[in-house]
Amino acid sequence: MLMRTPRRDDNRSRTRLVLLVLAAVAVISLDAGLGTSSPAQPVRDAASSVLGPVESVAHKALTPVRAIGDLFTTRADLRRDNDALLEENARLRNQANTAGVDTARLEELEGIADLSTANGFETVQAQVVAIGGAQSFSRAVTIDVGTAQGVRRDMTVLNADGLVGRVVGVSRSNATVLLLVDARSTVGARLSGDSELGFVRGDGDLSGAGRLTLSTVDAAAVPIEGDSVVSWGSRGQVPYVAGVPIGRVESVASSPRDQSRTVTLAPYADFSALDVVGVVVARTKGR
Amino acid sequence: MSAIRPALVAVCVIVCVVLQLSVFTQLAVAAVVPDIAMVFVIAAALARGPSYAAGLGFCAGLVLDLAPPADHTLGRWALTFVIVGYLAGLVRQDTNRSVVASAACVAASVFIGTSVFALSGIVLGESGVSIARALQVIPLAVLYDVAVALVLLPVARAVLVGRDSAPAQSRVGVGVR
Repeated sequence: MLMRTPRRDDNRSRTRLVLLVLAAVAVISLDAGLGTSSPAQPVRDAASSVLGPVESVAHKALTPVRAIGDLFTTRADLRRDNDALLEENARLRNQANTAGVDTARLEELEGIADLSTANGFETVQAQVVAIGGAQSFSRAVTIDVGTAQGVRRDMTVLNADGLVGRVVGVSRSNATVLLLVDARSTVGARLSGDSELGFVRGDGDLSGAGRLTLSTVDAAAVPIEGDSVVSWGSRGQVPYVAGVPIGRVESVASSPRDQSRTVTLAPYADFSALDVVGVVVARTKGR
Repeated sequence: MSAIRPALVAVCVIVCVVLQLSVFTQLAVAAVVPDIAMVFVIAAALARGPSYAAGLGFCAGLVLDLAPPADHTLGRWALTFVIVGYLAGLVRQDTNRSVVASAACVAASVFIGTSVFALSGIVLGESGVSIARALQVIPLAVLYDVAVALVLLPVARAVLVGRDSAPAQSRVGVGVR
């Protein structure tokens, strides 16, 4: 150690830094430059089939950590939660409080089942096992079902409340879901009031439930606050099946100068608290 | 021992990435989760110096780039961690194992790291990244990572250099300077 002079040591690590930076830039330009034919895709799939199951196991094994998460909520949240809980408590006191988490999950599952039967979807139940943090600047989650359960790219993902997103990557045992609130997400939508068509885009909000913006195909159409918006659906049911509730029109702001209108939707699904979701793998009846 | 240590470090990298994506998401503050993998690279820089940390950073970054649900351009975290590992390694002799100095080093490194990752997204034109959003995320990430580092740094040091050899290593490090 002392035989080597600090200068030579510095030079060697500087060379190494330059090489590593170049290697990283090479990887980035390979992946970014080649787009869909990127050689990174098979590597990504392989990594996903190795790391996905590990994430599933870690999520299951460390579920008790979730309880600690409740400590980090704001006072306003707590007050609101408290009111809701007092109400809920009175209702639940009469019932046998069998298994809290399991009951909640069952309700969630039943909700998805109800929504699916109503629309004639065949769904596969899944659990969210990994979430990309705000530092990744995207809204995507990993779920614990994959090609082994019949999940394919571009399939619709929903939960008991409504539309959640679509599958953008899939390995044998896991799939990556791009959420509606992500800035890259666009869904064809239909206003329930007057069947007006439009497109719903995510605002890319990194925390919380997020908001969606609706732009109608017919610029003259005026959505009304409180109107419900459902998915429009595409040919072959990919990437989105028709008739899944997306959200409610929260506000309509118009700018007289350029005659444009900004329609903000509050999504039905709570993207900050996703747990059990369903992937639509088939339709049981034609519509 | 020399063969076991790299394997142990590799396992640690995987564990850090999985903890970050699957476990600590339950403890997210405004969707910001602690950058466990980045803190591990910084720990490597403080324990083993810039050259080692840059190499480890490249590998750890690639793992984080590949681990689902990541779907951004491959290599962005790798580039970020190489830079973070190298820079944190440069100041290691000055920190001299004091807790305050280490925490300051982590804060500065995380600030640089999160910024480099965000900037790489802006340069590549990936939607969802903007300066305004980055400014919301970065301060929270710095605070959260420093808190996590206080626990993680001693553990990571034990894995990276061994419990008994740690004081000797740091003495040699200071002597060279």
